[in-house]
Amino acid sequence: MTESSATLLTIIGMATATYATRLGGLWLAGCFPESRRLERGLQHIPGAVIISLIAPHAFLGGTANALAAAVTGFIAARTRNVLLAMIAGVAAAWVTRRLIPQ
Amino acid sequence: MPVAVSEAVYGLVFGVLAHQAGLTWTETLLMSALVNAGGSQFTAIAMWGGPASTLSIMATTFTVNLRHILMGMSLRRWVGRLRWQTSLLLALFVTDESWALTRQEFARGRTDPAFLVGSGIMQFPSWLGASVAGNLAASGVPDPAAYGLDFAFTGVLVSLLVGMWQGRSSLWPWAAACAVALLAALKLPGNWYVVLGGLAGILAGALLND
Repeated sequence: MTESSATLLTIIGMATATYATRLGGLWLAGCFPESRRLERGLQHIPGAVIISLIAPHAFLGGTANALAAAVTGFIAARTRNVLLAMIAGVAAAWVTRRLIPQ
Repeated sequence: MPVAVSEAVYGLVFGVLAHQAGLTWTETLLMSALVNAGGSQFTAIAMWGGPASTLSIMATTFTVNLRHILMGMSLRRWVGRLRWQTSLLLALFVTDESWALTRQEFARGRTDPAFLVGSGIMQFPSWLGASVAGNLAASGVPDPAAYGLDFAFTGVLVSLLVGMWQGRSSLWPWAAACAVALLAALKLPGNWYVVLGGLAGILAGALLND
């Protein structure tokens, strides 16, 4: 398999977008007054993006997926171990998909 | 050292998921090397292959990585004036891990920007190596969906999410993000729901919780 141009383009686009955020902070430091409001908004980015990403899979993707997501969340909250929680989630998805017709 | 180990585990998982999304090991290597921002790479991989995905993946990557702006700004306060050529180079090494290590170091009074470069370079080989290893290992599994392995995406993201809960202050941003994302997923084509939900969460976080 060779790299398709769409994949390459996406990767380069991602790299550019990421570099812009890295450089932006170093350059903008002097121009922006410190803003608690801005800081509060930005600190929620990772959580907000991740929840947006999984919400349709978990809530609109059928009962089996929703159950597996709940199991993963429970194990993650209990153990704080990403890898273990993921394995539990995959196992739960495997089981629930057999029990619940898609 | 602990950072390099967690980086390797993280990289392995990324490599496996990248394989499921259809990336070859060279593409995986290229992305880990050029983008080098784990969180946004996981997000991008989960969005991979949808219609018109290049633009929405770029927009999401930018949104996920907006935190680098804050991180860079906080470092600048310690470092003071920089030549712009220096900052072009320094910017390459503003990653979550190197930033956290550098903040610690600066707080101890050793404010040498070279530390950022050093810690950035240290984590690079284990991240790259593990990404590729994960990708190659995953090519041994013929039909991932049959074993529930396609759920690994959602599984990783759910567990990362749980670790990001900051108590009550997370409630409204997350609820807003979730609601907007669901609505957008139902009404809009492609995967713009990720960007829209993320922006809704940022807005809610900035405006509420006063």
